Amino acid sequence: MKEPSRSAKIGLYAALCVICPLTLLPLAWMLSSSLKLDKDVFTIPIQWIPAIPQWGNYIKIWEKIPLGVFTFNTFKLTIIITLIQLFTCSFAAYGFSKCRFKGRDALFLCYVATIAIPWQVYMLPQYTMMNKMHLVDSHMSLILLHSFSAFGVFLMRQFMVSIPNELLEAARIDGLNEYGIYARIILPLSKPALASLSIFTFVTIWNDFMGPMIYLNTTEKKTIQVGIRMFISQYSAEYGLIMAASILSLVPVFTLFIAFQRFFVEGVATSGLKG
Amino acid sequence: MQKKAFGLETRETLVGLSFILPNFIGFAVFILAPVLFSFYLSVNSWDGFRPMEFVGLDNFVQIFKDRVFKRAMVNTLQFSVFTIVFTLVASLALAMMLNQKLKGIAIFRSAIFFPYVASIVAVAVVWNMLFQKDYGPINAFLRFLGMVNPPGWTASTKYALPAVIIVVIWKNMGYYMVIYLAALQGIPPELHEAAMIDGASAIDRFRHVTLPMLTPTTFFTVMMLTINSFKVFDLIYAMTEGGPGQATTLIVNYIYNQAFVSWNYGKASAASMVLFALVATVTIIQFRMEKKWVSYM
Repeated sequence: MKEPSRSAKIGLYAALCVICPLTLLPLAWMLSSSLKLDKDVFTIPIQWIPAIPQWGNYIKIWEKIPLGVFTFNTFKLTIIITLIQLFTCSFAAYGFSKCRFKGRDALFLCYVATIAIPWQVYMLPQYTMMNKMHLVDSHMSLILLHSFSAFGVFLMRQFMVSIPNELLEAARIDGLNEYGIYARIILPLSKPALASLSIFTFVTIWNDFMGPMIYLNTTEKKTIQVGIRMFISQYSAEYGLIMAASILSLVPVFTLFIAFQRFFVEGVATSGLKG
Repeated sequence: MQKKAFGLETRETLVGLSFILPNFIGFAVFILAPVLFSFYLSVNSWDGFRPMEFVGLDNFVQIFKDRVFKRAMVNTLQFSVFTIVFTLVASLALAMMLNQKLKGIAIFRSAIFFPYVASIVAVAVVWNMLFQKDYGPINAFLRFLGMVNPPGWTASTKYALPAVIIVVIWKNMGYYMVIYLAALQGIPPELHEAAMIDGASAIDRFRHVTLPMLTPTTFFTVMMLTINSFKVFDLIYAMTEGGPGQATTLIVNYIYNQAFVSWNYGKASAASMVLFALVATVTIIQFRMEKKWVSYM
């Protein structure tokens, strides 16, 4: 692409310097409010940098709710689900992209079609089923709910299709069977897609609100999202603390995003372009 | 290999299926089966405890008589149309701006994508405070601009839906921006160069080169946006719980309330079926219309 002219550049910078901060404004306001006393949160004009930052908000919040337990639960669920997804999705994607058999494409279409079905269509039967299995109010229910994602299979398959089949043929001649090819050739080559999938799953599960809200009742089992939601409804006027809790819940995801931005972008692009 | 008992084709099939199986078992039990069960539930009356009772289409008759459900249908259509159109325009405009060779462009791109990864709960609570009617910063700003009676946003039946739509667009535009950005980068620069030699202005090039080249992406984006707009529940639940009144009650909120508040499983499933039919119809119509405006090179 041609470099834009000097004046176009300045205009573009100016526009971006307005739009981007505007987009981030709600998050900046959250950060700023998290360091204020409740009575100062809504003062006008907005004091973006509080005169006396209330770092204490970030300590008090741990005493008000079992934030440590919530964080631990969320990490536990997120890690387990991400690992199961990485395995089952990449395994299935290999079957869908590199093995040839009757009915393969029909089955894959069936997978893709379910991505389009809103979760709300089947959340109730799913719930009654979990109830029958006595899994309601357990972490197991959420693990089973989220571990077999059609989206994950789709994302991995789209990536694997682009790996040239000649590589596999060469390995077959060398005597590797299909499982060997999957483990020793395809998996190492799929690292970018695996990274994208891990990050997407991590963010989805970390931010999941509906699942834990429907399935978890016991406070000790709750995740950070429902935990914070509980706090918000109990202490609705403690703005500073609410904002501090919200900021804390965003930290892991934002850290991940900043560290692995490339894979986010690539994941969005692969799932979007070759569809 | 010693397994001569199977023909080559059978063996290939078995190996292929063995790869798919671990995922498929979970998928079949926890997604496919519930989807099918949902059809069955929609023609039964059930509260989850007493025995099920077959009622035919009675659940459907009941929900279509229900004033709340009708309101939810209208709300869902309004919500979908506005989020789809505005997200599409915003994400394309942002992608055009961010598809330039400029220093620090990566930072701007991340900034726009940031809200997409923020959690619903945090987003809902902060926007609710920003939208606060009397002392919220947004209305303070509107008053500063000279508006005497700024809207009540999430507290008013008239402005709650627009407020929710604004937040949904804000949160998701970065995602679609990235998709458009990737598509823009896939347009061969020769096309633009040729058009420039022919004397085409920037606007001409946008209309006759960029837009046609982007139609496959636009098609995909519109599909995703449509499907996703029918699914938005968490954010609305966290912001307004469907209120005030039924101002922000969408079909998905109705399903949730029938299922987990009223324990009326039949009605909830009938509403799910309506939602399912709606998504399916819109998707099929879009695929039918695809040939008319999408050009694949």
